[in-house]
Amino acid sequence: MNLTLIDYGAGNVPSVERALQRLGATAQRANSAECISNAEALLLPGVGHYAALARALDQQNLRSPLLEAIHRGIPFLGICLGLQVLFQSSEEAPELQGLNLLRGRVSTLPSTVKLPHMGWNPLKLKQESRLLNGVSPGAYFYFAHSFAALDLDDSVCASCRHGADFAAVIEHKNICAVQFHPEKSGDAGARVLENFLRMAA
Amino acid sequence: MSLAHRIIPCLDTDGGRVVKGVNFVGLRDAGDPVALAARYNAEGADELVVLDIAASRDRRPTFLETIRRVAAELAIPLTAGGGIRTVEDGRAVVRAGADKITVNTAAVERPQLISELSREFGAQAVVLAIDAKRCGDHWDVMVCGGRESASLDALLWANMGVAAGAGEILLTSVDRDGTQIGFDVPLTSALSRAVTVPVIASGGAKLPEHFKEIFKEGAADAALAATIFHDGVQSIRALKEFLAANGIAVRLPC
Repeated sequence: MNLTLIDYGAGNVPSVERALQRLGATAQRANSAECISNAEALLLPGVGHYAALARALDQQNLRSPLLEAIHRGIPFLGICLGLQVLFQSSEEAPELQGLNLLRGRVSTLPSTVKLPHMGWNPLKLKQESRLLNGVSPGAYFYFAHSFAALDLDDSVCASCRHGADFAAVIEHKNICAVQFHPEKSGDAGARVLENFLRMAA
Repeated sequence: MSLAHRIIPCLDTDGGRVVKGVNFVGLRDAGDPVALAARYNAEGADELVVLDIAASRDRRPTFLETIRRVAAELAIPLTAGGGIRTVEDGRAVVRAGADKITVNTAAVERPQLISELSREFGAQAVVLAIDAKRCGDHWDVMVCGGRESASLDALLWANMGVAAGAGEILLTSVDRDGTQIGFDVPLTSALSRAVTVPVIASGGAKLPEHFKEIFKEGAADAALAATIFHDGVQSIRALKEFLAANGIAVRLPC
């Protein structure tokens, strides 16, 4: 299987690569339209500012091959910013367009709590989740973000709470996305990646 | 169920070895960073910090190699720092495998460094390390390994740093560092309540009660220690079990 990791320059690409290697999987890094078109499963990791990812999609001509691949039905996993960019737009850079695959906008978490939301937080399961299969209910995951999808529609399998409830695990047809960093979330995170690999196999 | 209080072991390294000082002087060797990193990852540490205490240019490649080898052992976040003066320095440690960068003296000398790093890597990746020392009715920022006063109020500096784009504060009490008599509760509490970002308390930890106190009274979001973990005086697992039994939210590894 051609497992492809979209490398638009985000800092966490090597960590995701290492986490996949620990599970015996090898991902190819892709930063061109051609590599994405050949992919049989796609991972989009991201960390930092929303604008960096949204701009890279256009400047590196990744937007349309990415949308085509997802519409073709190949398994897709977005991580952190890779989740946020699936929506229409984000309050972090309102002038830039997301991929518009999911309805709604990404907003800032409430200022009643410390931001960034930094550290380990457990999830609240909303419905059966393929990504969370075999993960114990009280498991903690590592988050590092200030913006989140606050509208919990029926694509949300698990939410998390920091000042407000937000989408932590999304599964919609072939689209999977997590707001936490599975590559930094110990054994629980490894299990999530393993479940994705199983879906992609 | 809520955001867990983090326990963070710190590896102070020099030339590829872990060292630890008492009151910032009297360095002694405490072991292999890679072996310690693997142990802490398995024991349930929530994060790991690796610092280059000498931070000299000619030893930079050794430090980057240490980060690479340590990162390979971890399934938890890694913060690295010591001698970061430019975005390029930051990029080198991020490429080597760090998730976050700490800056200290260089940011006091040139505060724009914080905004430059924040723009490049995001606020969640920029940790402002502040070494603070009691001075009358306030705390002074200390620089150059805690030896010199910057004549700058620590709370004011923390807020300036956050405004510039720091996403977290690593607060070390120079008065408590290495003493093992407990964290500096008044300092941590005052600073943590004054800023909008998470605060990591550091300096003075020995007993599980010290951690309980810094989370409950000190309003710390995370607590960092070195020697007590390296020496095996305190296991991370036992510490977390103690905190959980005392009603403090922690991540208990399975």
